[in-house]
Amino acid sequence: MTGRVWKFGDDINTDVLAPGTYIKLPPEELAMHCLEAVAPGFSASVQPGDFVVGGKNFGTGSSREQAAQSLKVLGVAGVIAPSFGGIFYRNAFNLGLPAIIAVNLSMVNEGDELTVDMITGEITNMTSEEKIIGEPVPKNLLEIVAAGGLVPYLDNRLNGTD
Amino acid sequence: MDQTLAEKIIARASGKASVMPGDIVTCQVDLAMIHDSGGPRRVKPQMEALGAGLWDPSKVVLVSDHFAPCTDAESANILKITREWAAENGVINFYDQQGICHVVTPERGHLRPGMLAVGGDSHSPTGGAFGAYMFGIGATDMLGVLVTGETWVRVPETIRIDWSGELRPAVSAKDMALKMCGDLGMDVGRYQAIQYTGETITALDIFERMTLCNMAAELGAQAGLIEPDAKTAAYIEYAGGDPGEWDLFKSDDGARVAATHDFVAGELAPQVAAPHSPANATDVVNMEKVEIDQFYIGACTGAKLNDLKMAADVLINKKVGPGKRLTVAPASARILTQATKLGIVETLLDAGANLLPPGCGACAGYGIGVLAEDEVCLASTARNFKGRMGASSSEVYLASPYTVAASAVSGRITDPREVLVP
Repeated sequence: MTGRVWKFGDDINTDVLAPGTYIKLPPEELAMHCLEAVAPGFSASVQPGDFVVGGKNFGTGSSREQAAQSLKVLGVAGVIAPSFGGIFYRNAFNLGLPAIIAVNLSMVNEGDELTVDMITGEITNMTSEEKIIGEPVPKNLLEIVAAGGLVPYLDNRLNGTD
Repeated sequence: MDQTLAEKIIARASGKASVMPGDIVTCQVDLAMIHDSGGPRRVKPQMEALGAGLWDPSKVVLVSDHFAPCTDAESANILKITREWAAENGVINFYDQQGICHVVTPERGHLRPGMLAVGGDSHSPTGGAFGAYMFGIGATDMLGVLVTGETWVRVPETIRIDWSGELRPAVSAKDMALKMCGDLGMDVGRYQAIQYTGETITALDIFERMTLCNMAAELGAQAGLIEPDAKTAAYIEYAGGDPGEWDLFKSDDGARVAATHDFVAGELAPQVAAPHSPANATDVVNMEKVEIDQFYIGACTGAKLNDLKMAADVLINKKVGPGKRLTVAPASARILTQATKLGIVETLLDAGANLLPPGCGACAGYGIGVLAEDEVCLASTARNFKGRMGASSSEVYLASPYTVAASAVSGRITDPREVLVP
């Protein structure tokens, strides 16, 4: 996966990813409010394939999976952060959005181009030509994301389709 | 080998003699709790697409709380879908607008020590007050549980938080929770298990223990646990449940913990967390004089019977300050009934409070009682993220029901000890 970086700080929470005020809207409309409280232009400018790079505890807060869903709807290829809110982390994979844990992200800047290998956890910053060693994604989650999310994964398991 | 409470529960649920932190195991789920927001409206189309039914309707508890009561045609439709789904899927344990899932589920006797339970809501660690390993999951994760009865768990390390001594008057579990958020931060839990221990915890009643376990979510833990004791068993029996072999579910003396954090209850002052994070908690003296528009006693965190009683203890023979509003949303219908019988509701109404129906109300910005642009709220809820309770420019401070009530009288943040302690 290769894409451009949108950089955010620590503790980006589910209320700013998917504000409760708009939670009844269809996913595509809700996604237009994603992160608007901290980065007003984000939803209009983010391009399919871009990466969101966050600080510690990304996705902290509620269990609403619209937080991960909104990023997925906007075409974000993956989220990279030193640590994640645990529910967000599970939700992201369940919706086919990889979440990669990597500690040393201070040298990654907004607009940098990254290549990410989920299996090894290796992140290459194409802009600065630096390598960052992230954590490999656990096998059970790689299987879910390879299937395209938990629903197609369950479909394979329950109905034997491919 | 000696095991923690969390390890014992996960080992049993995964059919293993023992488990090690870091292991990824598949667990059989004993109970799945879902609500109107993350529940039927989201899993129904997915279940239909998969052609799959519920693994065991008797192990599902469904509660309409987020959009209850409905405020417009959209939320009315969400509640309708919820009711229809319960009927179509044979879900007997369906509580329609009877209060908040985290309070209603134990109140109706559905939780038992040693259970591995999931909830479709981030405050599901509340179940840890009953010795259950209970954690929150999203809607698609819940779909997996509902159609297979299984879920994966990465066996957590246990982080011990020990409280010694006795709380002083006008100080409560909510202050303990905010103090931990302030001192330890919102990521201290690292999605591991927090176990609260010590004489202060033992002395707390069940509702106060629920407040602590509830806010394990704000400490970043997957679960927040308190070892079950005779109080736990008595509450479960009172609720019509079966406490089972509750005394088996304890951490062994030699069980490994990843870290221990110590707190002294007698030194704790009432806490207030400034916008926009529970981690912005500090002693109330540092926040005095902040002007507030709306005072809110509500949520699974802050509107149980004990919470309403705290507010009433402060507000007896007092009035909400001029130009201010105090809104109270009891956490459940049963609590509202009990509070009415005990005269608590009358005290609150006499003071000028307006009473909302039981439910999640304004806490998550879904229901009634939300905030206008630039308004400031002092709430007994768990979270004060930017824009959570309404307009994105509104601000929320967090405190105990004692502090919210004392502040409602003066109109600005006030130390409840000035009112309650002679």
